[in-house]
Amino acid sequence: MPPTSPKKHGGEQQPDTNSGQKSQRSKAARVSDDAADKKTRRLKDAEISFPIVYGTISFWLGKKASEFNSHKWTVYVRSATNEDLSVIIKRAVFQLHPSFNNPTRVVESAPFELSESGWGEFEIAITLFFHNDVCDKQLDLYHQLKLYPEDDNGPQSTKKPVVVETYDEIVFSEPTEAFFLRVQNHPAAFVPRLPAGLNLPLPGPIEHVNEKKRGDTKDHPLSQWFMNFSEADELLKLAAARQQVQAHIVKLRRQLSMIDGLPQQSKTASARSNRFYDEGRTRG
Amino acid sequence: MDAKDILGLPKNSFPAAQEKKPRPPKDSQRKPDGVSREVYALTGGMAPLMPSIEVSHLKKRPNSEKEKITWQWLSFTSSARTDNLQLYHWVRVVNGVPPTGDYSFAKYNKSVDILRYTDEEYEKHLIDPMWTKEETDQLFDLCERFDLRFIVIADRFPSSRSVEELKSRYYSVNRALLIARAPSPSDVSGHPLVKEPYNMVHEIERKRALSAVLSQTKQQERRDAEILAEAKRIMESRMASKSAEDAEMPVNPTGNETEKATAPAESVSPSTNIHPSSSTAAPATATTESASTPASLRMLRVYLRTHVLDQMVQAASSTAGLRTIKRVDQTLQDLGVHVKPKVPTKAVCAEHLELRKEILTLLNLQKQLQNKEAEASANRDSSYAEAPSTPKRSYRADVDRPFVPDSVGFGGERAAKRDHKRKAPGRFIDAPPSPPQSKRPRKLKASD
Repeated sequence: MPPTSPKKHGGEQQPDTNSGQKSQRSKAARVSDDAADKKTRRLKDAEISFPIVYGTISFWLGKKASEFNSHKWTVYVRSATNEDLSVIIKRAVFQLHPSFNNPTRVVESAPFELSESGWGEFEIAITLFFHNDVCDKQLDLYHQLKLYPEDDNGPQSTKKPVVVETYDEIVFSEPTEAFFLRVQNHPAAFVPRLPAGLNLPLPGPIEHVNEKKRGDTKDHPLSQWFMNFSEADELLKLAAARQQVQAHIVKLRRQLSMIDGLPQQSKTASARSNRFYDEGRTRG
Repeated sequence: MDAKDILGLPKNSFPAAQEKKPRPPKDSQRKPDGVSREVYALTGGMAPLMPSIEVSHLKKRPNSEKEKITWQWLSFTSSARTDNLQLYHWVRVVNGVPPTGDYSFAKYNKSVDILRYTDEEYEKHLIDPMWTKEETDQLFDLCERFDLRFIVIADRFPSSRSVEELKSRYYSVNRALLIARAPSPSDVSGHPLVKEPYNMVHEIERKRALSAVLSQTKQQERRDAEILAEAKRIMESRMASKSAEDAEMPVNPTGNETEKATAPAESVSPSTNIHPSSSTAAPATATTESASTPASLRMLRVYLRTHVLDQMVQAASSTAGLRTIKRVDQTLQDLGVHVKPKVPTKAVCAEHLELRKEILTLLNLQKQLQNKEAEASANRDSSYAEAPSTPKRSYRADVDRPFVPDSVGFGGERAAKRDHKRKAPGRFIDAPPSPPQSKRPRKLKASD
């Protein structure tokens, strides 16, 4: 068991301590007597972010399609690394088009997804509610359900779905200490920098959670369609672009300073040639 | 009708296709009296709905009026005149009775009611070291005569006093009189003169400032506008960072803002060595980024990275106009970067923001350069005809899209070309005897 677990708020579930993916600094465990203190004290200059992906996957029903039921689709919110998001999310509410029965669908446990069938594309509003120690406020996401593929040349296939996913990151700024300690080792979380002066508990041994329902989406039936989001590509492109722009800026600055040196020259020159021009005219 | 004849259409077509009113066929054959057929056809073949001139009136309209009107050359006086001068004018006389009443324009003779003081009142309330009684009397006479037109009064005033001095004296006398004559102070406290007395110094200042503003040179105007835009931008960025804050604010928000200004300078250096793995890049940028998190974001507690990015992009481009924002987006696309990053991690967002800022700087520099070139060439153009203008034109064409992908070699070559062309006019300047007409053969002179 992790050394600090007796001090935690009783109702929370044990976090997965599979911390192989992140490099963690480990410091000596700090013994704190006051659990309530940890719940209210906030860590300034700290933030935890959870990379998520949300979107829809929709399949054409093929032969079974009718006029009002042509596609079956699933809308979901998952962790970008397919970890279990119930560590922070208490429930997710999907607000569908009013033409659906009970358009407000509540999902109380991971995986936070909803499957439906229909014929029309509309905007789905996803509201995420977090656990009490995480955050009081809810977070709203919006996603446009897409049923039909971009190029409507060929016939639709029941095998190949239309996938639209959006990458984003949920950032919690100034988390409470209790929350921070609870999740900083969780694989779904990304801790950019540990706040100074905080002594962290050692990451505990790996727990096997086979008995509980799987909250992560690693083996999700739709996982073959999940998109891959690579930060590296984008960073490379951005870096290259910045270099180009910076080089251009340097060049322009040089030119500007050159021009600033010119005016005296051209002014006297123009005075000279003005006189000449006038003389030429009178002569001619 | 004739038109239908020309077109070869049948004359009596289906009645529903014609006007709504069932028109008897006799209309087209019948022509009204007194009007030729073609002219009548101009109205559309129908009589006008409302007769503009009653035809009967045109014929019989002698003056069968009951009244008898004559015009007479009569004399009149005006109550607006103080002398009893009698002038003459034409008067419309009805049935032999000339009109009564005052001269019709006398009612426009308005004048201002000036308070006059007795000598007693003067001794008691109105003595002023700067003014003699004589001058004050003269002032009041002129005011009455010229209806408080102070410019004229100042001109006519025997000793030279400025308009503001005259006004000040007049209004202060009035104010003192009002207060003195009022039965109680409260009666008169609502009077505007009592509430806000004339402030001579303020008026002089105001007029001076006004004339200064009006006579500003263009350069000064431009400079003022720049400073105001800068101030507005600072205000807006301050508002943006304060807008999301509640009553309980973190300790030093002002410290955050100055940090934000210095942080972008710092974050350029860590980003120059980018490694593909996010974890190593993150600590480098994170040290500067978390220090520069605006106070407003901290209060949000939970937010999406893209929201933050949007806010910051907006804040960064708040001074730029819509066109500039579009140009920034266009430049991003030309560089092969997504306008909104597909993978918005912390590092990516930071880079993106920095890139946008740099593009803004670039665009500003380009504009400055264009302006400078335009100024410089305006000087040159006045002296000789065409030589500098052609290189300038080609330069401008490729400034707007610096990152065209299928380019003319980015960078070095273009700079070299431009320098080369700029040198050409320089050479011209050094050789005055060869006049610039060489490019325009029409203007070749015999003296060549």
